[in-house]
Amino acid sequence: MTFAFPNTEGAVVSFDSRYENFIGGEWVAPAKGQYFENPTPVTGQTFCEVARSTAEDVERALDAAHGARKAWGRTSVADRAQVLNQIADRIEDNLEMLAVAETWDNGKPVRESLAADLPLVVDHFRYFAGCIRAQEGSHGEIDHDTVAYQFKEPLGVVGQIIPWNFPLLMAAWKLAPALAAGNCVVLKPAEQTPASIMLLMKLVGDLLPAGVLNVVNGFGLETGKPLAQSPRVAKIAFTGETTTGRLIMQYASENLIPVTLELGGKSPNVFFADVWAHDDDFRSKALEGFTMFALNQGEVCTCPSRALIESSIYGEFLEAAVERTKAIKTGNPLDPQTMLGAQASTDQLEKILSYLDIGKQEGAEILTGGKRLEQSGDLAGGYYVEPTIFAGRNAMRVFQEEIFGPVVSVAEFDGFDQAIEIANDTLYGLGAGVWTRDGTQAYRAGRAIEAGRVWTNCYHLYPAHAAFGGYKQSGIGRENHKMMLAHYQQTKNLLVSYSGKPMGFF
Amino acid sequence: MGEGDDRLERVTATAAALELIETLRAAHGPLMFHQSGGCCDGSAPMCYPAGEFKIGARDVWLGEIAGCDVYIGGQQYERWKHTQLIIDAVPGRGAGFSLEAPEGLRFLTRSRVFDEGEQARLEAQPPRRGPVPHGE
Repeated sequence: MTFAFPNTEGAVVSFDSRYENFIGGEWVAPAKGQYFENPTPVTGQTFCEVARSTAEDVERALDAAHGARKAWGRTSVADRAQVLNQIADRIEDNLEMLAVAETWDNGKPVRESLAADLPLVVDHFRYFAGCIRAQEGSHGEIDHDTVAYQFKEPLGVVGQIIPWNFPLLMAAWKLAPALAAGNCVVLKPAEQTPASIMLLMKLVGDLLPAGVLNVVNGFGLETGKPLAQSPRVAKIAFTGETTTGRLIMQYASENLIPVTLELGGKSPNVFFADVWAHDDDFRSKALEGFTMFALNQGEVCTCPSRALIESSIYGEFLEAAVERTKAIKTGNPLDPQTMLGAQASTDQLEKILSYLDIGKQEGAEILTGGKRLEQSGDLAGGYYVEPTIFAGRNAMRVFQEEIFGPVVSVAEFDGFDQAIEIANDTLYGLGAGVWTRDGTQAYRAGRAIEAGRVWTNCYHLYPAHAAFGGYKQSGIGRENHKMMLAHYQQTKNLLVSYSGKPMGFF
Repeated sequence: MGEGDDRLERVTATAAALELIETLRAAHGPLMFHQSGGCCDGSAPMCYPAGEFKIGARDVWLGEIAGCDVYIGGQQYERWKHTQLIIDAVPGRGAGFSLEAPEGLRFLTRSRVFDEGEQARLEAQPPRRGPVPHGE
């Protein structure tokens, strides 16, 4: 059953015509009274207005966060965990509504938001509720009478700037560990997808004490910069691209605060010859793994956008992979049968088309796709691209930069060493895939590839409790795992003497 | 960038980009660009007030458009140097902290692959690295 467009008869979700900021537990109009239009990528039509915030609004949110900081930091971990679990429960109870809202704001097929994005959001809050209950500090016995205690303390107020490719899930990835650790947050959503998070705040805002979580919408320059540059945040977290990542670090250096960054990749997906040894489920799984480049229209930092195929199976594998790609069902993103939705913005669409042009100029061969996908009726104004396979060489730009579209570039390799050489011939090191029936080869390849996550005989799984982050220019930090708590905590050391006698220096 | 020029341009701009630069310059003063990479809005040319973004010793100066310095990360340059960057402006929202975001337009990097002769000429004129001193 195809979901009705929001705000139409039978729809499971209705958006307000305008969203203010969520600050101090209340809905607050932006100080300058300005709003910007938010179109849905599904049709290209504007469906709501969102606050165009400025430094005054960021300051107001920081005031609220600082007002809530001490009490939230001292709230017991049992109570903080309980709040996270309540947030998870309420999202789960409204999962369909939020999934359709996410699709409308971002363009992704509802098939994915129902089965992946929202269930992962729910689980992420539950995971960090569990982690904070189980976390312990440490102590060391320096000598018989001297003990070093390490306590975990929240940083205080943190700033978070999130991307538009998984608006709710990226919010959850950042919010859950920060809130669990006892921090108050000022969150700036991406200007391309500012609405679904506001529905989430309407749903769960009352579960948190006022000021613990504040959401301020606006443009990067006007809202993100004052947040990143503020001396009143103890840490800044950002997911996006490298130039802004450097600028965030530069601003953080002004205040000597830590950053975590996730800046993308150009992930290799390596298929060794033995995947083709039998015509069985595993072969089909490997072909599905190839086709994962189209998940979320390729708008994933770990998109397996470089497929490397061993030369002895190159022709046969690729022929089957092209067939699998051609079987991708396009159409209305609100139809649960649709596998490929809309790109998130016109910006994104234009960039992808520019890369299709570059690939052709560089001499890459188009095996399927290669142009804008024309849809009809209401969808005609939406931002769609055909799933595209390029065959070429790793030195081409379409192999070197994340296109962030449903585009994969394919090259062949001879033997293990060349596979690793090509896989690592990139500026980035976020994700990678390895496919083989040989466990030893899988292990060796996984350890040799310079990337933070190597999916082995699988791809695009994002369970909580599997560390996620990048090598090289892909960023700093590891999300999605209890170790992320450490990125939102201070260590307090109490060095205690239980000796009653003087040291004897003076 | 004509056939007779000694110097090949590593970066150029379209008329639409030049018009947007003038609009932004009127509001924000002198400008600079840094070519981004990576995910999300990666590949976008980011426009800042001149001096806002700290240029590192390894950044490559690609050239200037309408008097604005254009840089790219040193390692990224090595992967991109076979292409001429053509800064364009199209309807959209802008990205990151780039200045044009509120204008309803955004800068977009288009590219042209240099032919073999051009690539050989570029090899003979290595780009300068690090920040270009003001006024040069």
